[in-house]
Amino acid sequence: MAASDVTGDVTTRAVPARIELQLRPVLTASYSALGALLLRDLVVLWKDKWVFVLRTVIQPFLLCFVFLYVFPKIGQGVGGGGGRRGESSFATVLVPGVVGISIMFQGVQSIALNMAQEFGFTREIEDRVQAPCPIWLVAMAKVLSGAAQGALSAVLVLPIAAVVHAAGVHAHLDLRWWIILTLVPLACIAMAGLGLVLGTSFEPRNIGLMFGFIILPITFLGGTYYGWTTLSPVRIGGFHWLQVLVLINPLMYVNEGMRAAFTSSPHMHLYVIYPVMAAFATTFLAIGLRNFRRRVLA
Amino acid sequence: MIHTEQLTKVYPGTDFAAVDCLDLEVGTGEIFGLLGPNGAGKTTTAGMLTTRVIPTSGRALVGGVDVAAQPALAKQVSGIVSQQNTLDRQLNVWENLYFHGRLFGMGATTSRRIADELLEQFQLEKWAQASVYALSGGMAQRLMVARAIFHRPAVLFLDEPTAGLDPQSRLALWEVLGQLNRDGQTIMLTTHYMEEADRLCHRVAIMDHGKILALDTPAALKRGIGADTIVTVRAAADPEQLAAVLARDVAGVERARVADGAVQLDVSGGQRLVQQIVLAAERAGADILDLSITEPTLETVFITLTGRELRD
Ligand SMILES: Nc1ncnc2c1ncn2[C@@H]1O[C@H](COP(=O)(O)OP(=O)(O)O)[C@@H](O)[C@H]1O
Ligand SMILES: [Mg+2]
Repeated sequence: MAASDVTGDVTTRAVPARIELQLRPVLTASYSALGALLLRDLVVLWKDKWVFVLRTVIQPFLLCFVFLYVFPKIGQGVGGGGGRRGESSFATVLVPGVVGISIMFQGVQSIALNMAQEFGFTREIEDRVQAPCPIWLVAMAKVLSGAAQGALSAVLVLPIAAVVHAAGVHAHLDLRWWIILTLVPLACIAMAGLGLVLGTSFEPRNIGLMFGFIILPITFLGGTYYGWTTLSPVRIGGFHWLQVLVLINPLMYVNEGMRAAFTSSPHMHLYVIYPVMAAFATTFLAIGLRNFRRRVLA
Repeated sequence: MIHTEQLTKVYPGTDFAAVDCLDLEVGTGEIFGLLGPNGAGKTTTAGMLTTRVIPTSGRALVGGVDVAAQPALAKQVSGIVSQQNTLDRQLNVWENLYFHGRLFGMGATTSRRIADELLEQFQLEKWAQASVYALSGGMAQRLMVARAIFHRPAVLFLDEPTAGLDPQSRLALWEVLGQLNRDGQTIMLTTHYMEEADRLCHRVAIMDHGKILALDTPAALKRGIGADTIVTVRAAADPEQLAAVLARDVAGVERARVADGAVQLDVSGGQRLVQQIVLAAERAGADILDLSITEPTLETVFITLTGRELRD
């Protein structure tokens, strides 16, 4: 047994070979730690690639199937009752919305759900934050990989939305690459930031509350099924209350942005979308990183 | 390797210091133990030394790095095995090690090599591709130790490393830690098992209510209570009264106390102890149910220092 020769007076023991302390600059160490954190997420994503694809695709598929296939088939009016033309213009509204909502769900799923779990019963986060870098970088790595997954889901979802529909119902897509290439990443970061805020604010046992009181209202009042510009008829007296109310919803800007990026249908002005989305992204990251730090440090 | 000055932590919203003006000095190559009951402040101390708990005041250096001023740098010098299982559930056993190497800036080839070596060293090769869910408590603990020393930390911190392990796994882990230490690893561990502190640690700090009550080698701590024999007497009588009687009538009793319904006597240089005790008890009209004689343990030291038992 080891104990006999490890106990005893320390001063009488042979001095063991000293372990060389080789400290690397924090910047270098942080850089490689960030790379490793992202690599780890990538490997995990690859292991679960089919789950990821299914999870990403199922909601958009169902949305398109019900609204763009079943509804036109059974003659249930969506799209202002204008026959195939009305249905097609509804498709044009819905398809970018489906992309937007997928980006949001990816942020919530890949960050909020995982993180609530890691903070909660698995305590994995305890080890992750021992990475030789500032704590905020650990959270930022999660945001980056969540955002990348969001972008990946956008790529997966668009073809589905373009394919699943009844005969004669077509979304009129009109891809504007410079908007796509700038707005999709920004939207992904903002939604990943939202995921970070939610994941660091809710205990695992309260996840149900999170879905009921936050995710659901955001998705239904986030302009997935309608464009913001078309909301003006909803009013009390002369006040377009709904159009004003949904302005606090970050998903609204994401969806309007997707409308601007993928179609030529009417949308909120880009001068509004870009700065507001950037503001949401900054705010979410600031709150999320602060929460993260508070949860990790005592 | 570890140096603290007046290290103090008062958690927000509490009105007491979880760790109170701690001055510690741990040398290179030592196994240093913090021994104390639940709530003594052991985890908080380890937390401050590993950057997870921000000190309210005071200073702490680990491997020469100020942990509060340069937390990101300090993390390079410590390896941590925490109280809970913090293995990455989405990675297998081998990957848990491999990615730790990558996290600490080692290349793919080096990380792969060290991961293989460590699995062998810790007798986990067979489980390399297994999910971490498949590991027993003892194996998970070994894997956490392997992961913690992967980047050759200056100090290996273990918080209650054998709490919840079966006796066999506990022995195996002691063996592992002893071997690491012989290879030069400085180790700081917290425990509430006096046997663990006694058998494994070169020096032990006995902690209670955030303060260090005594700090020395286990042997010196036990000598320090000034008794060489501990007698425990269980009898069908009022223990308080019996304690008083025995303290008076038995020669060499330094202290007598009641613990757990039994009388405990610290005795030094007692002659014919059993006979003396039996006679004294008989005279007092107490029927002895059980009597045991042992050497002092760190448990005795703790009881002497605090009047309470280590285990609650
Ligand atoms: N996060 C915290 N917030 C408030 N009080 C805490 C926190 N963590 C520990 N404490 C308190 O600090 C004291 C020391 O706790 P701890 O360091 O965990 O003791 P030990 O590890 O020795 O059991 C206890 O009284 C405990 O209740
Ligand atoms: Mg503890």
